[in-house]
Amino acid sequence: MSDTQPAVQLDRISRSYQMGETSVRAVDDVSFAVAPREFLGLLGSSGSGKSTLLNLIAGLDRPTSGIIVAEGKNLASLSSLDLARYRRNTIGMIFQSFNLLPRMTLEENVELPLRLAEVNRSERASRVGEALERVKLTHRLGHRPAELSGGEQQRVAIARALVNRPKILLADEPTGNLDSSTGEAILTLLRELQAHLGMTVIMVTHEKPLAERFADRLATMGDGKLLSISPVLQGAAR
Amino acid sequence: MKPQDLTDLALRNLREAILRNALTTVGVAVGVASLVAMLSLGVGLQQLASKRLSQSGLFDTIFVTPKNNFRGMGRPQRDPQSDKPVRSLDEDARRELEKLPNVIEVYPQVRFFTEVRSNNKPYATVVAGMPESSRNSGAFDGMQGNFFTSASADEAILQIEFAKQLSDNPNSLIGQNLILRYAERQAIPAVPPGNSPDSGGPGGGFSVVPKELKLKIVGIVETEPAAGYGGMGNARLLMPLETASTLRAAQVNDLRDIVRGSNEHDKITYASLSVRAKSPSQVEALETAIKNLGFNAFSLLDASKSLRTFFSVFDLLLGIFGSLALAVATLGIVNTLVMAILERRREIGVLKALGAADSDVQQLFFVEAGVMGFCGGVLGVGFGWLLGRAISFGTNVYLKRQSLNPIDISSVPWWLVLLALVFALLVSLLAGLYPASRAARLNPIDALRYE
Repeated sequence: MSDTQPAVQLDRISRSYQMGETSVRAVDDVSFAVAPREFLGLLGSSGSGKSTLLNLIAGLDRPTSGIIVAEGKNLASLSSLDLARYRRNTIGMIFQSFNLLPRMTLEENVELPLRLAEVNRSERASRVGEALERVKLTHRLGHRPAELSGGEQQRVAIARALVNRPKILLADEPTGNLDSSTGEAILTLLRELQAHLGMTVIMVTHEKPLAERFADRLATMGDGKLLSISPVLQGAAR
Repeated sequence: MKPQDLTDLALRNLREAILRNALTTVGVAVGVASLVAMLSLGVGLQQLASKRLSQSGLFDTIFVTPKNNFRGMGRPQRDPQSDKPVRSLDEDARRELEKLPNVIEVYPQVRFFTEVRSNNKPYATVVAGMPESSRNSGAFDGMQGNFFTSASADEAILQIEFAKQLSDNPNSLIGQNLILRYAERQAIPAVPPGNSPDSGGPGGGFSVVPKELKLKIVGIVETEPAAGYGGMGNARLLMPLETASTLRAAQVNDLRDIVRGSNEHDKITYASLSVRAKSPSQVEALETAIKNLGFNAFSLLDASKSLRTFFSVFDLLLGIFGSLALAVATLGIVNTLVMAILERRREIGVLKALGAADSDVQQLFFVEAGVMGFCGGVLGVGFGWLLGRAISFGTNVYLKRQSLNPIDISSVPWWLVLLALVFALLVSLLAGLYPASRAARLNPIDALRYE
């Protein structure tokens, strides 16, 4: 894909849910594009539709109408299996509650996407080591998530998201369960990794000041609609 | 996902809820054990019956008698159907029978009433000659002492009840000698026609000379193989057929031949011949061929067929009862996996978010069900075998108290082991079908929201 094409292109995306007899539009006619290597902050209050939109971009859900093209792939045309491959190879995801598997060690958690992608056993160890090195947690390989602080767990989640070298990183409230200084440290790490690896990042958050510090552009949603999208002016604050 | 990774993950998941999964596996094991134990008893009893019957030599043997045998005395001496003279069962007939296809051997029934002296006391009994082939037929398995040292040895094997008559300690008889007193048949040449006062009547005949033979007792056997089939009651003293034949002891058919006025008293005729087929499946055709030669032929093939049918139904019923426990165990697997889905809902969501396809999740649950089934199967086969042995042991304790010989009523052949493992695996996979497809269909967004 050329640099001139957007990494993610949303064209009139809507997603409705049936709640009894009424239809609720969680995302309503949203269109925007995210450039390659851009860091987009997706802001909005609870229930504004930002997480739904992120799930649609992740291929975890399908829009009721509209087209999503990510890294040249029209998600609507992908089969369920192809969507799984897309999530495996193109997308990396991190969550507010980290979503590490508590029964696995850090090493095994990070290795999981490689197993799903059927990467050779011999290559896996170096890839896991490399990913944990990026988040500075190589010394905790054999620990289980419960033995780590929230910030460390989120770093492991970032390593897991990066281990398959995705083009797009989707972060759903990555600092939501962290104190402000740890949250800031996580976003600093995310920003560094994004710059170093050349990824596109779309981060859902409701913390506007943080988003303004780290994102290139901010999109704001309300009631399922895109209210605004504009570049961050105080880029120098980073 | 690669099969090895799938198995790794499945084993890890099973280990994490070790108690619950172990209990489910034990449930499967109990089900398989009950199935294996039941079938092992069925198979064991069938083998026992088959072994006893094949040892008796009844199912691959055809008993051939002349059409005018002593049972038919008084009947016309011509075959009423073909109007041909009836054939006597002599050496020519024996050779002819030997040439029939699928015949292993043809041997005469040498069997006669006689007297035996042991410790100077007389005992009346029936003596029978045993062909050399019965050495390896299994008929004498488990006997006390040994089989005859050679086909022409002057040796005897006693039937246990007869041995008990001879001595309070039957086993002590082995190695001792006894005297067999018998009547040797000696032919008298026929008187030339004209010299006889009533010429034209039946000529010749045979005289009977009392003789003795010292026999060494080499073994004691439970029952005579093919007992009661020769038409003269059970023999209680067995000796090598060759030795018995050379005695030329007077037999029932000799008397019959005299009565019928046979002129060939120096020619050996047999009361009956035993024809052994290569396998029981060839008995029927052989029986027909022998009848076509003009002899009576009889086998117990039909009895064998109905016995097999009986055991097939018996095994089926035992299998059904055994499977009931496995059916209950199957519900245990379904329950365990459905519980696992509820507990691991979020994990399934994470797996899907990381790129697991529906089929990956489905396969993971399938492998977990399969591992539980396989482990349960392996344990179950072991338990089932032990259970079978225990029942066998208990039965033998009871038999011993009744002063009866021990028997093995339980048998776990390799095909039963394989069948039980495959069955356990298949049933477990079937049980995993619903939970696996339910897990695969789980909406990842709902699953990720699940606390």
